[in-house]
Amino acid sequence: MQASRDSIIDIWGERTPYSGKWPVRVDQCTNEEPDSWVQSACILCSNGCGIDIGVKNGRIVGVRGRKEDLVNAGRMGPKGLHGWVANNSRDRLTKPLIRKNGKLEEVSWDEAMNLIVQRSKEIIEKYTSLGIGFYTSGQLFLEEYYTLGVVGKAGLGTPHMDGNTRLCTATSAAALKASFGTDGQPGSYSDIDTTDCVLHVGHNIASQQTVLWMRILDRLAGPHPPKLVVIDPRATYTAQKATLHLAPKLGTNIPVMNGLLNLIIAAGHINQAYIDAHTVGFEALKEIVTKWPPDRVEEVSGVPAAKLREAAHILGTSQSLVSTVLQGVYQSMQATAAAVQINNLHLLRGLIGRDGCGIYQMNGQPTAQNTRECGADGDLPGFRNWDNKDHVQQLATLWNVELDKIPHWSPPTHAMQIWRFAEAGSIKMLWISGTNPAVSMPELPRIRKILQKEDLFVVAQDAFMTETTKLADVVLPAAIWGEKTGCYTNVDRTVHISHKAVEPPGEARSDFDIFIDYSRRMGFKDKDGAELIKWNTPEAAFEAWKECSRGRPCDYTGMSYAKLTGGSGIQWPCNETYPDGTRHLYTDGVFNTAADYCETYGHDFDTGAAVTQQEYKAKDPKGKAFLKGSDYLPPHEVPDADYPLWLTTGRLVYHFHTRTKTGRSKELHDAAPDGYVQISEQDAAKYSIAEGDMIAVTSRRGRVEEPAKIGGIEPGIVFIPFHYGYWDNDERPRAANELTITEWDAVSKQPHFKYAAVRISKI
Amino acid sequence: MHIGKYIDLVHRTELDLVKAFRLVANAHGDEVDVYQTCMLLSSWSQSLSDDVQIFAERYGEEDDDEPDRLTQTLLKETRKGGMALLRDLHDLYLIVSEVRICCAILKQAAAGLRDDALMATCEKIERQSKRQVAWIYTRMKSAAPQTLIVAE
Repeated sequence: MQASRDSIIDIWGERTPYSGKWPVRVDQCTNEEPDSWVQSACILCSNGCGIDIGVKNGRIVGVRGRKEDLVNAGRMGPKGLHGWVANNSRDRLTKPLIRKNGKLEEVSWDEAMNLIVQRSKEIIEKYTSLGIGFYTSGQLFLEEYYTLGVVGKAGLGTPHMDGNTRLCTATSAAALKASFGTDGQPGSYSDIDTTDCVLHVGHNIASQQTVLWMRILDRLAGPHPPKLVVIDPRATYTAQKATLHLAPKLGTNIPVMNGLLNLIIAAGHINQAYIDAHTVGFEALKEIVTKWPPDRVEEVSGVPAAKLREAAHILGTSQSLVSTVLQGVYQSMQATAAAVQINNLHLLRGLIGRDGCGIYQMNGQPTAQNTRECGADGDLPGFRNWDNKDHVQQLATLWNVELDKIPHWSPPTHAMQIWRFAEAGSIKMLWISGTNPAVSMPELPRIRKILQKEDLFVVAQDAFMTETTKLADVVLPAAIWGEKTGCYTNVDRTVHISHKAVEPPGEARSDFDIFIDYSRRMGFKDKDGAELIKWNTPEAAFEAWKECSRGRPCDYTGMSYAKLTGGSGIQWPCNETYPDGTRHLYTDGVFNTAADYCETYGHDFDTGAAVTQQEYKAKDPKGKAFLKGSDYLPPHEVPDADYPLWLTTGRLVYHFHTRTKTGRSKELHDAAPDGYVQISEQDAAKYSIAEGDMIAVTSRRGRVEEPAKIGGIEPGIVFIPFHYGYWDNDERPRAANELTITEWDAVSKQPHFKYAAVRISKI
Repeated sequence: MHIGKYIDLVHRTELDLVKAFRLVANAHGDEVDVYQTCMLLSSWSQSLSDDVQIFAERYGEEDDDEPDRLTQTLLKETRKGGMALLRDLHDLYLIVSEVRICCAILKQAAAGLRDDALMATCEKIERQSKRQVAWIYTRMKSAAPQTLIVAE
C-alpha cells in the first residue's frame, strides 16, 4: 500500500497551522498507480470529504482527497484512506439468495424479486400495506432514498419506513426542528476557520470526524487559537486537547446544560436584543434553568461547581462560538431536550447565522442527512410536515397521486416501533437495506429473535453476508459506493456527487435499481395510470428530487450533476437566489417556524406528546426561534446492588458501524482487531483485574466477554466499542449491544445506547 | 359550602390516576415507551394529589357518596395485547378528562374565594393533566391503525 502518510499511527497527520483559510494537504493511499481518477466523496463518516477514486483495469486501486473541496481541502482520515479495499473483497455477495428448507440458496434476480412481489401482494391483500415495513440505512445515496420514499409513501402507502439513522441522527433532526422549525444545520464547517471558541458536547470528534478534528487541531496550532471546551464522561482524544474538560456522570447532560445556561443568564452574558427580536420562550426557559445553581449541578452530575463556572465564563464571553453535539447527547437520557440546550446557548447569545458561529448537530452516518431530506426515515420529503395537509398535498400533486394515498394520519413510524410491530406480529414483512441491525440495534437477543420469527418475511440487501443477512429469507446483493452514481449531503449541508468508477461484482445491483425494479413489478402507478416512478437513472431521480425540494429549506434546484462535477461540493440551499450555495442559514434571524412552513408543530420534551396544528397556529411564532427548556429526569436504569456499574458504548477511530467495510481492510483491522471493555484503575484494583484479562460483562439483557483495557475512564463506568459482532469471529459473545436497553427518547425516538447497568467479573 | 366535595373529587381522581397509570404501565411493559411514560405520568399525579391534600385539610374534604363513579368502573383488570393497550389508553383518557372537568369547576370556586394558592394549584393541575391527555391522545392515534386494521 502506497500512502502519503501513515494514518494508522498518526491518525490526524502533520499540522498545517492557520487562522482564516485552511491550507491544502492532499492525502492519498493506493495499492497500484491508477489509470484514472473518478470524482466521489468519502462514505465512512458524516464529515463528507471530497475525494477521488483511483481506477485501474476496472478495479478500485486507491483514493485521494480533493484539494479543491470546501470540506477537507485534500485531507482524508484513516477509514477513508483504507476502507475502500472492501469493494474488492472476494466475499462480496454476487447472487440473490432465497431461504429454502432453512438454507440460503443462490437464485436468479427474477426468482428473488418475484418472491418479494408475491409476498408483498399476499400481505397487502390480507392486511393492507400496514403489514409491510422498511428499515434502511445512513449509507445509500440521495436518489435511492428518494425513490424508496416515493415507493413506500405513494406506491405501497405504508407509514412504516425508517432507517438506522434513527440510531445515529434522529436527535439531530429533532433538535433542529424543535428550535428552528425545520431540520437543517445553521452553520458551516468554515466557521472553525475564524471562531474564538469550540464546544464539543458528547462528541469525540477526534475519533469520529477525524478530518474536522484536523481543522480544529490546525487552528489550535496556529495564531489566535480558539478555546476548547469538552463535555464528555471519558478522557477521549478530544478531551485531552481541551482548555476545559467537564466529565459529567452518565445521563446528566440536562443538569450540566441547565447549569451553564443559568450562569450565563445570571451573569448577563446574553444578547437581550437578539432574544427579544428573534426568539420566543425566554422567560419559561429562564425559570427552568434557574433551578440549577452550580452546587446542585455538582451534586447531580459530579461536575465541580468551579469548573462549571469556568466553562460558563468561557462560553458566555466568547465573541464567536462553534458547538458540536453527538451521540453522548443523542443516545442518552433526555436526548432532544439536551441537544436543544446547545441551540439555546447560541440563541441566547445571538451567536448564529454568521462566520465563526456554527451549531453542528452532527450526523452519525455519511448520508444520514439525505434520509432526513428525502423521506426514507420518519419524515416527509423536503422537510414537509406530516400534520400539515397542504404539505402532504404538495407531495400528492408532485407525484400525481390522491392525497389519501400518502399516509399522514400520524407521524411516519419510527424504527423502534417498526421493530416492535414486527415483534408483536403486525408487520409481516421487513425490508432491510444497507444496514446490520443484528449488531447495531439495542438488545441483540431480542433483535435476533424478531428476525427469526416464522411469521416475519425478512428481505435484506447488502454487499456482504452479515449477521443480519444470515437470518433473512431473501438476500439481495447490492452494489455500493464506487459502483454506482449518486449524491449525498454531509453535516454542513455540502452536497457531493459520487460517480460510478467501476462495475459492481457479479450480479450485484444498486439499491436504486432494486427499488425501481420492485416498483415496476408491483405495478405502482400514478392516478393517470402512468408509472409512479418516472425515472430510470440516478440523474433523472436527482432532477425529480430537485422539484420536490423547491421552495423548501433544503432547496437543491440550483444544482445539477454537471454543476456538482469538477469542483467542490455545494452547500444547500442552492437556487436562483443562491446559485453558489449557502454558507449559513438564518443570517437574518428569521427561522423556519411559521405555521405554514415548519416541519413540526412540536412536542412535549418529557412525554413526546404532539402539539396540535390548532395549538401551534394560536401561538404562531412566525419566524422566531423557540427557546425551550426541560427539567432533569433521571435515567430509567441506574446501577444497583446487582448491576453496580454503568456501561456506555461508542466508536473507535479505525472502524465504521459494524465493520462490514472497515473490518475488511488489513490496516484498519490490525489497528483495532477486537472489542474490549475499558475500566478505570480504581475499578480494576477493586476487581483485581489486570490489563488484557478476559472479563464477563453482564446486564439484565445479555452477556459479553471482553479483554480488559484499564484507564482513561471515570470510576463506576465501563466502555465497550459497538463495532464488533460475529461475521469474522463468533467464538465468544462480544457485541456491545447484547447488553444495551430497548428504550428511546420521547421526542426523537433515538435509542439510549449510552447507559445500562452492568456487572463485571473476571473469567 | 360544598367546595370540599370537589376538592375530594380532584384529590381522589388524581390518586386513582396514580394507580391507573401504574396499572397500564405494568400491563403493557412490552411497549417500552408506554411503560416509561405511564410511570412518569403516574408520578405527576402523585405530586398533584399531594398538592391538593393541603386544601383538603384547609377546607375539609366532603366524601363523595355517589355510587360507582367513572374511575371505579374503568381499568378494573389488566389486559394484554394491542387492542387492550388501545382500550386502556382510552380509559386513561377518560379518567384524566374527569380530573380536568373537576378541576375546572374547583377553579371557579378558587376564583370566587380569591384563594390564590388554590388557584395556582388548579392551574398546575390543568397544565399537567393537559400534558397527560396530549400524550395519551398522541399514543392512541399512532397505535390505532395498526391495531384496528392489521393486528390479529
